[in-house]
Amino acid sequence: MPTKRTPRPQGKLPAAAASRALVDHGFVPVRAKLIEVAAFLDRVERHGAADDFRCVALRTAAQVLLDGKPERARRILERLSDPTTKPDAVSTGKAALGAWQKPSSPKRAK
Amino acid sequence: MRYIEPHGHMVSRTTDDYQAMVTAGCVAVCEPAFWAGFDRSSADGFRDYFRQITEYEPARAAKFLLPHFAWLCINPKEAEDLALAADVLAMIPEFLTKPNVLGIGEIGLNRNTRNELKVFEQHVDLAVKYNQLILVHTPHLEDKLKGTRLIVDLLRSHPGVKPERVIIDHVEEHTVNLVLDRGFWAGITLYPDSKSSPPRAVDMLETSGHDRIWLNSACDWGVSDPLAVPKAAFEMRRRGHTAAYVDHVLYQNPVRFLSQCPKFRLGA
Repeated sequence: MPTKRTPRPQGKLPAAAASRALVDHGFVPVRAKLIEVAAFLDRVERHGAADDFRCVALRTAAQVLLDGKPERARRILERLSDPTTKPDAVSTGKAALGAWQKPSSPKRAK
Repeated sequence: MRYIEPHGHMVSRTTDDYQAMVTAGCVAVCEPAFWAGFDRSSADGFRDYFRQITEYEPARAAKFLLPHFAWLCINPKEAEDLALAADVLAMIPEFLTKPNVLGIGEIGLNRNTRNELKVFEQHVDLAVKYNQLILVHTPHLEDKLKGTRLIVDLLRSHPGVKPERVIIDHVEEHTVNLVLDRGFWAGITLYPDSKSSPPRAVDMLETSGHDRIWLNSACDWGVSDPLAVPKAAFEMRRRGHTAAYVDHVLYQNPVRFLSQCPKFRLGA
């Protein structure tokens, strides 16, 4: 891959960054999503589906939330991504599943 | 507020959506060719679809005073069938002269297969041959990172491609800089359950810059929101970004990219 990079201006925060307002508006919706994650993990465990590769991937990715490092969204997306680099020989179906499964076992449930 | 919806599959939407979008400040809508939710059985199905987005849909949008533009291709979800793809690719040039056609799109990859990559390259060849803008679809979920890398590599190695005339859509936090750093435009798609939410989109604008990015709803027949773009404007304003900043991202950026096609004109 060519390594030439095109310079781009850095993004910037608004002059009057409303940091308190960010929490005021964002906390309750995000709190709800975090509880949904917890309830989902409880649910799949209760119903014997916790070993599904997608549930395993979710638990692994969630560890990023607590490692104290930045760019958590990017790193979680990368953890859920196919790390291979070559095009696949054949399609395994039209729909992606949300987490990558090693091809040693059936690549994707269908 | 004024904004452009640069990626909406309006054939799947009701006239109520047109009315709501115009009421929210939409001044133009662009419709890339995409998958109908089922595989067409022949190239004739595409001929009818191309007629729909170049003749019928602009007339429907005009009833709501909304300029309608289109992009043409065979979507990557149907690109596994190389014979069908060849038939559709051969048909596309006769539609490129339609007054609302802006370029080739949304081409790209779905499951990152060899056949998809082959058909993607054929579309790029066609776009270069006819000096068309290019709109690229990147794969979903776990396939996006790999697919975006394959797409960027192919585009960068193609001697006829000018990165400033290519927009690579559906970027997320793990692909946005991969696209921007190599000179392409990036599109952020706002979906309720996948791709990006309005808050995450504004995060990307704040951390990766906002000069070569547009936002779109990619509203279609699935879970999607035709008013996602104005909702992102609200998120920007709530964080303290100025009205000029919102206008830059939601109106001026798409105008700047799309105006590279002389057929993109907005009324007074």
